[in-house]
Amino acid sequence: MSEPVLQLSAIAVEYRRGGQRVRAVDGVDLTVARGEIIGLVGESGCGKSTLARAAVGLEPLAAGRVTFEGRDVPHLGRRRRPAYLRGLQMVFQDPYESLNPRRTIGELIADGDRLAGGTRRDGLRHAAELLERVGLPATAVDSYPHEFSGGQRQRIAIARTLATQPSCLIADEPISALDASAQAQIANLLSELVDDADLGLVLVSHDLSVVRQVADRVAVMYLGRIVEIGDTDTVWASPRHPYTEALVAAIPRADGAGVLPVDLPGDVPDPASPPAGCRFHPRCPIVQDSCRELDQQLAPVAGREIACHVRSRSAAPAR
Amino acid sequence: MADALLRVERLSVALPTRTGYHKAVDDLSFAVDAGEVMGIAGESGSGKTITALSLFGLLPHGARVTGSIQLDGTELTAMTSKQLRAIRGRQIAMVSQDPATSLHPILPIGTQLTEHMRHHLGVSKPEARSRAADLLATVRIPDPERALRSYAGQFSGGMRQRIAIAVALAAEPRLLVADEPTTALDVTVQAGILRLLDRLCRERGLAVIVITHDLGVMSATAGRLCVMYAGRLAEAGPTAELLTRPRHPYTRGLLDALPHPEAAGAALVPIGGSVPSLGRVPDGCPFHPRCRYARPSCATDRPEPGPVAPAHLLACPPDPLRAAS
Repeated sequence: MSEPVLQLSAIAVEYRRGGQRVRAVDGVDLTVARGEIIGLVGESGCGKSTLARAAVGLEPLAAGRVTFEGRDVPHLGRRRRPAYLRGLQMVFQDPYESLNPRRTIGELIADGDRLAGGTRRDGLRHAAELLERVGLPATAVDSYPHEFSGGQRQRIAIARTLATQPSCLIADEPISALDASAQAQIANLLSELVDDADLGLVLVSHDLSVVRQVADRVAVMYLGRIVEIGDTDTVWASPRHPYTEALVAAIPRADGAGVLPVDLPGDVPDPASPPAGCRFHPRCPIVQDSCRELDQQLAPVAGREIACHVRSRSAAPAR
Repeated sequence: MADALLRVERLSVALPTRTGYHKAVDDLSFAVDAGEVMGIAGESGSGKTITALSLFGLLPHGARVTGSIQLDGTELTAMTSKQLRAIRGRQIAMVSQDPATSLHPILPIGTQLTEHMRHHLGVSKPEARSRAADLLATVRIPDPERALRSYAGQFSGGMRQRIAIAVALAAEPRLLVADEPTTALDVTVQAGILRLLDRLCRERGLAVIVITHDLGVMSATAGRLCVMYAGRLAEAGPTAELLTRPRHPYTRGLLDALPHPEAAGAALVPIGGSVPSLGRVPDGCPFHPRCRYARPSCATDRPEPGPVAPAHLLACPPDPLRAAS
């Protein structure tokens, strides 16, 4: 792992809903290095997609700062992206909506090349190479998006981001709209690209098992905050935050053992009125009185960081 | 299994396309007993959903159905649409993938629950109302009385799917067909829905067909599993056996494409290529172009499902995984 390519410092993102301010992301720090895949996981409504959008400048920040290769990532609104942000790219969830149906694959990919300073003609030539790199035939340049399956479209969307020669990719649920076999293909492709091109990748997913397979580090989000972050193997092998434990226990395993996954009762609370103290306390199986008052900060425990003072305290004497 | 609740025999469904009729389901047979959860697995385009729709007589206009679908001995394929209406909801009910679209957005939940009961069971309005509240409690919706007056949009995805299950159960059907019931949900919520389906089977003797591409979901819920490919049965048998000792190269491929908790960091092994589209199904075994064990005969000889172990059918005569199993 080399120098950080993307740095999020204490960022917060707010929405307005019916006169109320809703904090979808509330004080998140995250550093992405080149050649590293960070998996960002959590239930829907935890703010992981908002965080991804804020990281590329698609959401205004209520607090904090995002820097890419040492320079500020401003909120873009309708403004043109500054040239120095070219290397920071996003892959969206739905490859049916992220590709313009009326333009050929070659034209779509050539856009990225033109952003990188090339001509349209070079872009089209380069598009053929990029398509082969993501495992599609070079002849696809003359086809239209509707001629491809979901998995193939996602490859095209990835080829388009590669045309800009990115150093950091943010992928928001890039595989959740795909079949299991296509999911495996795209997950493998992303991991190869990170190795080959020395990219930083933030992989947002609600599917922990895929994150487990490809991510070097994993960050678990709950209600706008990171509750556990560390090396994927460490976190998976022995999750310490009770929320991470619940997430891991809920994954059904295709082992034929016929074991029902463990339920986590209750829903994610409304971010407009988050619970006081630890935000997970209403659903937490090991809740204590102090959890209802004490705000939790990330603290190192057993080789990763967790935001749970109950577990931090019980782990402390052991070390 | 002479007394199977649902018996599907040699079902074929041909759909009209621009290039003529093509079989989306091809010579498929299976049976489901009361109180049993059976899974149908396969990638998109394998014919899972068309199979489900054919049970309800809800196929696209112009579809040609051959073979037999018997519910408790009654033939469904010969029924008029009026006769089918009396069966749908009452005998067999469906839960679809997306609870955001299966519930009516501007009818209160109570109305959606009670209209089924009033229509099919002929119960009085107050009686239906109280049954509806009980049903919501059964699927663990907090404050059922208030939920009856609420609208679908006021609930989270997981709650909506619980309500959709309650609506499907309102007329006390004997068979529930759940098409990707948890695909749109978070794992924690999915776990709750799977436990609910399991409980309903045990407590009510409900038969459930779960259709999903997620073999993890299958492992947790289904006692038996049918793996479909390009409209045909590839392999069928006890779930534990299929997931630990798959005999069909396609079943093996589906399992290899899954992340394994024990094999972290290893690259996933996807199946090359994709499911053939309607009308482009190859001759012989439909899977042979993607099969790493394919031999020349696979391109010409159509494989028929045959028994390889008790209650275990395999449509792969070369049986390359026999030694491994």
